[in-house]
Amino acid sequence: MAILELRDLTKRFGATTAVDHFTLSVEKGEFVSLLGPSGCGKTTTLQMIAGFETPSGGSILLNGRDLRSVPARQRGLGIVFQTYALFPHMTVEENVGFGLEMRKVPGDERRRRIAAALDLVHLSHLSGRYPRQMSGGQRQRVALARALVIEPELLLLDEPLSNLDAKLREEMQLELRRIQQEAGVTTLLVTHDQSEAMALSDRIAVMQGGRLIQEASPFEAYDRPTNAFVSTFLGKSNAIDAHLEETRDDGAVLRCGDIRLAGPPSPARPGPVLISLRPERIELCDAAAAHVSGRVGERIFLGDQWLFKVETSLGELLVVRPNSGRREPEPGETVHLSWRTEHLRILAAEPAA
Amino acid sequence: MRRNGVFAKLFSLVFALFMLAPLVVVVGVSFTPEGFLEFPPSGISLRWFRAILDNPDFIDAAIVSLQLGVASATIATAICIPAALAIGGGRFPGRDALQALFLSPLTVPTVVLGIAFLRFLSTLGLNGTFWGLVFCHVVIIVPFVLRLVLASVVGLDPSIARAATSLGAPSLTVFRRITLPAIIPGVVGGWVLAFITSFDELTVTVFIVNPATTTLPVKLFSHITQTTDPLVASVSTVAILFTVALMLVVDRIYGLDRLLIGEGSH
Amino acid sequence: MNQDRARPWLLSAPALVLFLVMLVTPLVMTAVLSFNSFDFYGGIKPTFGLENYADVLGDSYFYEIFGRTFLIALVTTLICALVGTPQAYFLLRMRPLWRSVMILVVLGPLLISVVVRTLGWAILLGNNGVINDALKNLALIDRPIKMMYTSGGIVLALVHVMIPFMILAVWAALQRQDPATEKAAESLGARPATVFRRIVLPQAMPGILSGSLIVFSLSASAFATPAILGGRRVKVVSTTVYDEFLNTLNWPLGAAIAIILLVSVLAIMVAWNRLVEKRFAGVFE
Repeated sequence: MAILELRDLTKRFGATTAVDHFTLSVEKGEFVSLLGPSGCGKTTTLQMIAGFETPSGGSILLNGRDLRSVPARQRGLGIVFQTYALFPHMTVEENVGFGLEMRKVPGDERRRRIAAALDLVHLSHLSGRYPRQMSGGQRQRVALARALVIEPELLLLDEPLSNLDAKLREEMQLELRRIQQEAGVTTLLVTHDQSEAMALSDRIAVMQGGRLIQEASPFEAYDRPTNAFVSTFLGKSNAIDAHLEETRDDGAVLRCGDIRLAGPPSPARPGPVLISLRPERIELCDAAAAHVSGRVGERIFLGDQWLFKVETSLGELLVVRPNSGRREPEPGETVHLSWRTEHLRILAAEPAA
Repeated sequence: MRRNGVFAKLFSLVFALFMLAPLVVVVGVSFTPEGFLEFPPSGISLRWFRAILDNPDFIDAAIVSLQLGVASATIATAICIPAALAIGGGRFPGRDALQALFLSPLTVPTVVLGIAFLRFLSTLGLNGTFWGLVFCHVVIIVPFVLRLVLASVVGLDPSIARAATSLGAPSLTVFRRITLPAIIPGVVGGWVLAFITSFDELTVTVFIVNPATTTLPVKLFSHITQTTDPLVASVSTVAILFTVALMLVVDRIYGLDRLLIGEGSH
Repeated sequence: MNQDRARPWLLSAPALVLFLVMLVTPLVMTAVLSFNSFDFYGGIKPTFGLENYADVLGDSYFYEIFGRTFLIALVTTLICALVGTPQAYFLLRMRPLWRSVMILVVLGPLLISVVVRTLGWAILLGNNGVINDALKNLALIDRPIKMMYTSGGIVLALVHVMIPFMILAVWAALQRQDPATEKAAESLGARPATVFRRIVLPQAMPGILSGSLIVFSLSASAFATPAILGGRRVKVVSTTVYDEFLNTLNWPLGAAIAIILLVSVLAIMVAWNRLVEKRFAGVFE
């Protein structure tokens, strides 16, 4: 059953609409991410769920109960803020215990639950420290323990990893997922970081301009983006302008300039479309088998992979190949590219910007 | 950010009234047509503003105060810029002591400074001279200028000056073209704050003036301690208007809160 | 390398020379003066003794003046903290437009001469002043309440003069606070009053303490306000020094009083800073 339901949630600030008829439901135990670029309305949505902003329209239901007239302090949500918002004048223990104190949890039980929460985030040895004496990653864990100790029905994470450096961020992603699963808490994450959203969530809701663009599992959102924005926001993608000539049950016929391409079956109607093709789905092949040929313009070494920019008659195509130790084409070399038809995605053409 | 509730609004209103009351009363009283202080005034009259013109003492004192403010603020700013560059430019042995010395006039009670200057100047036979006053004021206002200039020097990215040096600029050019333009808001803010502080200074000045170099605050003070007629109110009103005008200009250019806190806010 | 080491000293040289000549020398001369003796016919004698200090410390008249001075400063500081702290918090929560207006109202008076501000209080507090007239007209009193030439009147006017410093200090501390901490407390179930008491107030505490120190030391050495509102009837240390120097002309005695004021204010500041540092070690920077 749904723990959280957002129905047509809308927020207007003066003439601008930050969140526009946003609908989403989160099931018990699920980890859902609100993903989008800054200004897409994801943070405003979180603020409304938390009770720090009042919706202009629509409703928020927590366990079927309308939150409209429930003040923030009675919503019982666990929130991890982007800045962590630890109380600088309280020790770790006092920070974690604050919510229990507000709930008048008796001393014995309070100590037990604080200890359990600190144990969950592996910080039991630092319970007497002040936040200023801790590293970013440790503060992050305190914030998490403070939010979890009140056993919230819903955990809200507001860009929780954005203040950490890249390496620590990856470690904390795994850690966050472990803690969330151990605690079994329903979680809503707000982030602009697509790799974070993909690594952590069961489901991703991609937002743009205050609207929900796509809601899918990470794999599906990556593999079957429903529009050009999602295809380029989640990972790298080649976007090719094309014209859909014909659609049949067994496939589509596409034309890009002088080149005809076969595409997968598509519900789209004939006319201008956009083809999305992931760089890692493009293969090097013989001239005979090639869909298109081109000249390597740039070659960038990324450690575990190579990134090629290939100039073709379809435009510049990105090609990614794993670094398996074999010889790779040099800049200036001519290469022949092919892909499997089902890896092409036919998307609605972007209106001219 | 949550907004204030009814109690907070009421509290702020009462507080604003408290802050404004004495100023409103002074301005109000100055328009009285009567020969004594009354508020609210029984009518509106410019009688006591005309009276200022008949009292060249006040006008002379105001001129002395203006000259004193300009001279001491300018000297203080001129010596504070290099000092701020030294103190804000990185650690060196004695830096903290130097900074503490330059800020110390804030911690020494002003009355102590007053008698110290009096003792010093009278020993040298310079008591009551204009330039004696100027240098005493410079000492008092240096902390204000230094804090503001220092704040902008510290806020400066040191690699900007290094970048200019790496491009071949000699150090004086680096100062003139790169550093000075970057700290100019702090310098201007510091000068204005110093000018106002000097212009308003009473406690130190009252010890070291003579009749020829009496400043406006000292003149007002001695007048008030003898008699309170509407003349002091009208002179004060002019002083208030002058300050308010200056304040609005400063708030536009630099931000009043930044000027008085000495750091960026928001 | 050598040139590099001299550079900060060369840059600070003008200010340093000025301070050595115009601040250190006069203060040393004043300290020396306080050990000299004085008689009404011969003036200042270059003797060296502790008679002036013995005179001050042995006379209950001076104890009363010092006691009154520090009591006035203490009460002023308390009121400033009690009123200034919530006001700074409210200021932070105002809409930008109102905040700009309120900043002008709070900080503007700082730029207006203390003499002018105190004149306003003299007009308000007099026996025939604005407050007494208003109370009489409302028939709340039939005889004027005496407020001029009282310690209470001085405190009231000093609060007006000093409270901007308190608000500035608290406000600076509040601006360093992460606004999300208030939201965090709220989301954990705290009521607005609890948020203020448990979250905002402790974070404002360094500002309150440093503001208190400023207000206390400035109030203890305030001159214009007690001189105008207290006159000769309610003397404080600074007005006593003024009288010794400019009326009685007993400079050595005046210097001794001033040095005692200086030393006690500095001692209180040092002790206060120690206390604050000990209390907040590790919590704040």
